[in-house]
Amino acid sequence: MAKGTLYNKVWDSHVAAKLPTGQSQLFIGLHLIHEVTSPQAFDMLRERGLKVAYPTRTFATMDHIVPTTSQGRPFADAQAELMMQAIERNTKEFGVPFFNFATGRQGIVHIIGPEMGLTQPGMTIACGDSHTSTHGAFGTLAFGIGTSQVRDVLATQCLAMDPMKVRRVQVDGKLGAGVYPKDVILAIIRALGVEGGIGYAYEYAGKVFEDMGMEGRMTVCNMSIEGGARAGYVNPDDTTFDYLKGREQTPRGAAWDKALAHWRSMASDQGAEYDDRVEIKGSEIQPMGTWGVTPGQSVAVDEKLPDPASLPGGQRQSAELAYRHMGLKPGQTLSETPLDVAFIGSCTNGRIGDLREAARVARGRKVAKGVHAFVVPGSQQVRRQAMDEGLDKVFTEAGFEWREAGCSMCLAMNPDKLKGNQLSASSSNRNFIGRQGSPNGRTLLMSPAMVAAAALEGRVTDARRFLN
Amino acid sequence: MSDSKIVKISGRAVPVPGDAIDTDRIIPARYLKEITFTNMGEYPFFDERFDAQGGLKPHPFNEPRYKGARLLFVNANFGCGSSREHAPQALMRWGIHAIVGESFAEIFAGNCVMLGVPPVTTDAYNVKKLQQAAHDNPQAEWTVDLESMTVSGAGESFAVKMPESRRRALLAGTWDSTALLLANRDQVAAAAARLPYMTGYA
Repeated sequence: MAKGTLYNKVWDSHVAAKLPTGQSQLFIGLHLIHEVTSPQAFDMLRERGLKVAYPTRTFATMDHIVPTTSQGRPFADAQAELMMQAIERNTKEFGVPFFNFATGRQGIVHIIGPEMGLTQPGMTIACGDSHTSTHGAFGTLAFGIGTSQVRDVLATQCLAMDPMKVRRVQVDGKLGAGVYPKDVILAIIRALGVEGGIGYAYEYAGKVFEDMGMEGRMTVCNMSIEGGARAGYVNPDDTTFDYLKGREQTPRGAAWDKALAHWRSMASDQGAEYDDRVEIKGSEIQPMGTWGVTPGQSVAVDEKLPDPASLPGGQRQSAELAYRHMGLKPGQTLSETPLDVAFIGSCTNGRIGDLREAARVARGRKVAKGVHAFVVPGSQQVRRQAMDEGLDKVFTEAGFEWREAGCSMCLAMNPDKLKGNQLSASSSNRNFIGRQGSPNGRTLLMSPAMVAAAALEGRVTDARRFLN
Repeated sequence: MSDSKIVKISGRAVPVPGDAIDTDRIIPARYLKEITFTNMGEYPFFDERFDAQGGLKPHPFNEPRYKGARLLFVNANFGCGSSREHAPQALMRWGIHAIVGESFAEIFAGNCVMLGVPPVTTDAYNVKKLQQAAHDNPQAEWTVDLESMTVSGAGESFAVKMPESRRRALLAGTWDSTALLLANRDQVAAAAARLPYMTGYA
């Protein structure tokens, strides 16, 4: 078992009791909820006559189902409107703070937690959403849960859990210009596999992460789950503390100094022990894109797609399925197929830095004819910031649509969907069959700069051509 | 809570082969717009079972010979992706009460246990034999036994695994963990008081 890691320290400090099953009762410091996976949990509380145990430690917002063309109510989709009314009623009845449209703080749950400073090092964080791993960027133990577990957290602020193993994923060296955190995590998942992380929390370490900003660390931790790791984290450092200082929910004055000392003490010890260690060379990572139907099926932008016959058993069958679905051929590159849609946004890549990089590519250029390109900021605050910087104009002048905050086409529970077998370059996190709203839809995952470049070119291309 | 003890699950089995079958494939996101789980049993593998006009596509869940199956035989990394509990809810409400596979995504496996549906693992070779046996003889009765940790049927028996704490929770009938967690209110309050962020780093 791992020893002396941040994971161990956070786990140990949050175990409230040992359960008769042998599991630990883990206290959850921050519980985030959204409209999709919470209504059934509140119903279960009502059925059992339970209250929310720590209503000041749960925060709600709405992101999955909201339309991104207009935030006007009622929503055109009656089912979506009903779901909105449910979270409004539930948060009011149970006394849970709710960041709705009117607060100016609505957005994707994994974007607003950090931007308000709710996410702080050393915490346990849970949410009924697999991308809760995002918050690990701050040196937290953060993971997704199902709705029955949302009920448990609401009722008790705790979960029945077994500890995970810890794998140190060390990426040393320096990233090349135009290589982004998205490329780093796609390279890691390709190397370790989509099931390589089952049972593990990933500790991301090494020069590449030390040099990386908080938004990049969030992108990497976000996609831990795509590699099978329910949680991933980066040890907190001055980059973390600089990001948090002055945010609306972070401590101030003497409390800030105490918090800082505590946060520093939570980082993994020099001599920490791990269940496993892997090393990846940062300088070798190229701009990446996925070609298949799992996030592990990726190539560098100029690399030929693999021959299934060259892959081991299980991977071969997955590759054959992927080729059937995607209509691509072994030996081709990603750039050989024309694109229909370009989507920039999501909890993976919908932050201000992502929009700045995409705008760098798009500035003064035009989206290719026949490509539907749109940009969806991850939160109302990101949207306002982008507009203050004039990024919305850069995008609209180039032919991108500029939208309201939400999850949008990442999971297509809202009007943003692929149609038929459209091929989309997406800055989101999942290229699963049917994920973007059409059973035949096809998704290529890549960084926001790569999506912007693909939109301009009408096919996948190396974004570095546009980054001077 | 004796009626919630889960020891043996018996019934016919349906094989759904393939690695990394994600929860979007198990239940497409559009069905998550419903605010209760009541209808989820109508949706498992929906887009793999039905075309746009509602016509049947070839899928084990559409085959009459597997109707009424209570066990599901799957391959590696089953249930990866989204944490949506709608996925095990859909399988359970369709009729699945135990799943045997090579490996399960962590969140999916946890969600199954919270519903009293044991996810148990065995190696790829055994899974292949199980899937073949269920395919060749869909009338065969199988039993997942959490005491002996075996899956047996059609004259064969295979050892299966699951984390010990989950096994104990199912055997003791405490897989719905809320009551266990509520029992420790005072210890929870004490743990919270020790956490510096719970007192504003005062």
